[in-house]
Amino acid sequence: MASIATAFRPTWTSVGRSIIANRSLALTGSTSGGFALSTPSFAAAQMARAQGLKRSTGAPAWLCSFQTSAFSTASGPVFAKRGRPGPDQGFAVNFVLQDGEEISVRAFEGESLLDVAWANDIDIEGACDASLACSTCHLILDEGSYNKLEEPTDEENDMLDLAFGLSDT
Amino acid sequence: MNRLILLRQLHRQTQRHFICPNGPVVALHRFKSVRAFSTSLVRPAAAPQTATSSGVDTEGTTLKEPPVDPAVAAVIRERAEKPFRMAVVGSGPGGFYTAHRILKHLPHSTVDMFEALPVPHGLVRFGVAPDHPEVKNVMTTFDEVAASPNFTFIGNTRVGTYTTPDSPKADLEISDLYPHYDAILLAYGAHEDRLLGVSREQDLKGVMAARTFVGFYNGLPSEQDLDLALSQTETAIVIGQGNVALDVARILLTPLEELKKTDLTDKMVKVLEKSRVKHVHVIGRRGPLEVAFTSKELREMLQLPDTSFYMDKSLLDSEMELAGKSLERPRKRLMGLLEKGAKESKPDQPKSWTLKFLRSPLGFHGDDQGTLKSIDLGINRLEGEAGSRRAVATGDKESLDCGLAFRSIGYKSVGIHGIPFDNRKGVVSNEEGKVIDADKNIVPGMYVSGWLKHGPIGVIASTMAGAYETAHTIMNDWNGGAPMLNDQAKEIASVTPTLATPEEKDISQRSNPLLDLLRARGHKTVSYQDWKKIEQKEFDLGATVGKPREKLLTVEEMLKVLD
Repeated sequence: MASIATAFRPTWTSVGRSIIANRSLALTGSTSGGFALSTPSFAAAQMARAQGLKRSTGAPAWLCSFQTSAFSTASGPVFAKRGRPGPDQGFAVNFVLQDGEEISVRAFEGESLLDVAWANDIDIEGACDASLACSTCHLILDEGSYNKLEEPTDEENDMLDLAFGLSDT
Repeated sequence: MNRLILLRQLHRQTQRHFICPNGPVVALHRFKSVRAFSTSLVRPAAAPQTATSSGVDTEGTTLKEPPVDPAVAAVIRERAEKPFRMAVVGSGPGGFYTAHRILKHLPHSTVDMFEALPVPHGLVRFGVAPDHPEVKNVMTTFDEVAASPNFTFIGNTRVGTYTTPDSPKADLEISDLYPHYDAILLAYGAHEDRLLGVSREQDLKGVMAARTFVGFYNGLPSEQDLDLALSQTETAIVIGQGNVALDVARILLTPLEELKKTDLTDKMVKVLEKSRVKHVHVIGRRGPLEVAFTSKELREMLQLPDTSFYMDKSLLDSEMELAGKSLERPRKRLMGLLEKGAKESKPDQPKSWTLKFLRSPLGFHGDDQGTLKSIDLGINRLEGEAGSRRAVATGDKESLDCGLAFRSIGYKSVGIHGIPFDNRKGVVSNEEGKVIDADKNIVPGMYVSGWLKHGPIGVIASTMAGAYETAHTIMNDWNGGAPMLNDQAKEIASVTPTLATPEEKDISQRSNPLLDLLRARGHKTVSYQDWKKIEQKEFDLGATVGKPREKLLTVEEMLKVLD
């Protein structure tokens, strides 16, 4: 299984992080895993519906919303309630910081990368609290990973239009 | 944009204090490029600090080169043993984001934030449209900053008198702050707006700034006296084609049942209940490729129910052809959306909005009662290359009947006594947030963030970026021995604030010389905890009518909650 290398480069405000997915994250993983709503806002409901529609096969759920995941309002509190995954649960996610430091954490299927980062005190900016109202947590992926996912929604693209360092993937 | 290029230098900073064998405590930064210590305490801005070359080893953690100037080293030594004290004037995103960075990355720092109103957050509360609540989530971060024991919010306290004739009276002048702080951050934004400079702009009823209208419907106390009658006309115009212009149009055309679920003020709801406005023209000097609004806001307009959208499609086609391949993705998407919107719009709906291009206001006309009845518009054509098209008057004119006109051509900052202000650009001149005067000399200890720094444009995220840049500059200066306020003073006329211990929760009990001074005068300040009481009252009132909050509209009502 190839590893998924995703380069997460900084927006204006966030710190440079490069996320390298550990091999234990299967490329052909299942796609179950819902996104629980943590905020009762209209935007959150919209996002949840969008994510439900966007669940693609053939991509691991955690990657399923490589950009929407960054916008997920979702899973933080739900997963927080049951704690973080144990050493043999979920998937490994390696955050590679700007200075080369690697922080290895574990993530549940269905969590967004932003949630994982915040749950592990990794300093990624998400100014609008993951409600799809800004672009401070936007991701940059390599083309292969990008192509496995569905197209971003109009709402995501509207926010991405304002992002610093916008790239094709 | 130079701004964005500068911001690439923003790296996260972690500070380490190392005790060097020679004794001095040296603060280090983990940067890719290290800003040098200034070699002189008095140094004009024309020769900015240059990076030391070697200093950083492969791990990026050790600075081997000590500062050259022993006087500077002495300052650095002294600073390492006392807290950095910063005052912030203004409590919007500019002030809060810089404070956020300072408190996080400069250990032993204290921040006092002054706000003229009893309530904080600036345009996040008073500018963001009521139907965009998710944008206001940034307040969560602000609350986190305010929760720091070393942060003190001092509300209902105006710092600085504007240089304009009708300035509200200040509670403190900037000079009152000097003895008590090492640095002052100016972040009071832009509270005025630009004028068109055409006839009858300021005397006709029905002609106003979009800023005034936004302030009114968002509960800004100083705009609550607005005499707004939406019942007298069916046609409103908005001059300007930015996001604020679309906000105005959208608030006028959105079904009231939807708006009633937002934190749109009760006063505005009552005005809208009597509104007869059905048609809104959003007018710009140039063409579709020069619009300043963005896709999300356009999309919302196109989704308005029972509302037709009109636009000169042939102009869009010809401008797109001219631009050809040179269009960047965001602009291309926006134009695509315009095209789609125009094509799919159902004509002759009960309501409509029109994007009118190539029109410059020439003058307003009123009826016998002094109310707006029409506007004269000059017709333009476009010249120049794609990407830098200019409006050129053709000499032709037309008249447009309307009873309401909103001027949405930009906000404007104003200077306060005691600080240098660039009247032409409408900002406090600065280099990466460090205030400079008209001769380009650095003003020690003075910094600026937000719209006051880079002009009244951009979304919150761009303000955040600029605010972080200023924080970076401040930290560099403090750690690098650059001159700030009170360096020379041995006998400071204030008490160095004691840092809060973990056990101390109620910071209002800490000694703060300015709070003491204000209280001695009988002035009522508002703490962040007080603000939370006001906010809770707004939540409670809103809950009774199915709104997220019912904003209190006067300073008196806000202060009354605290009695």
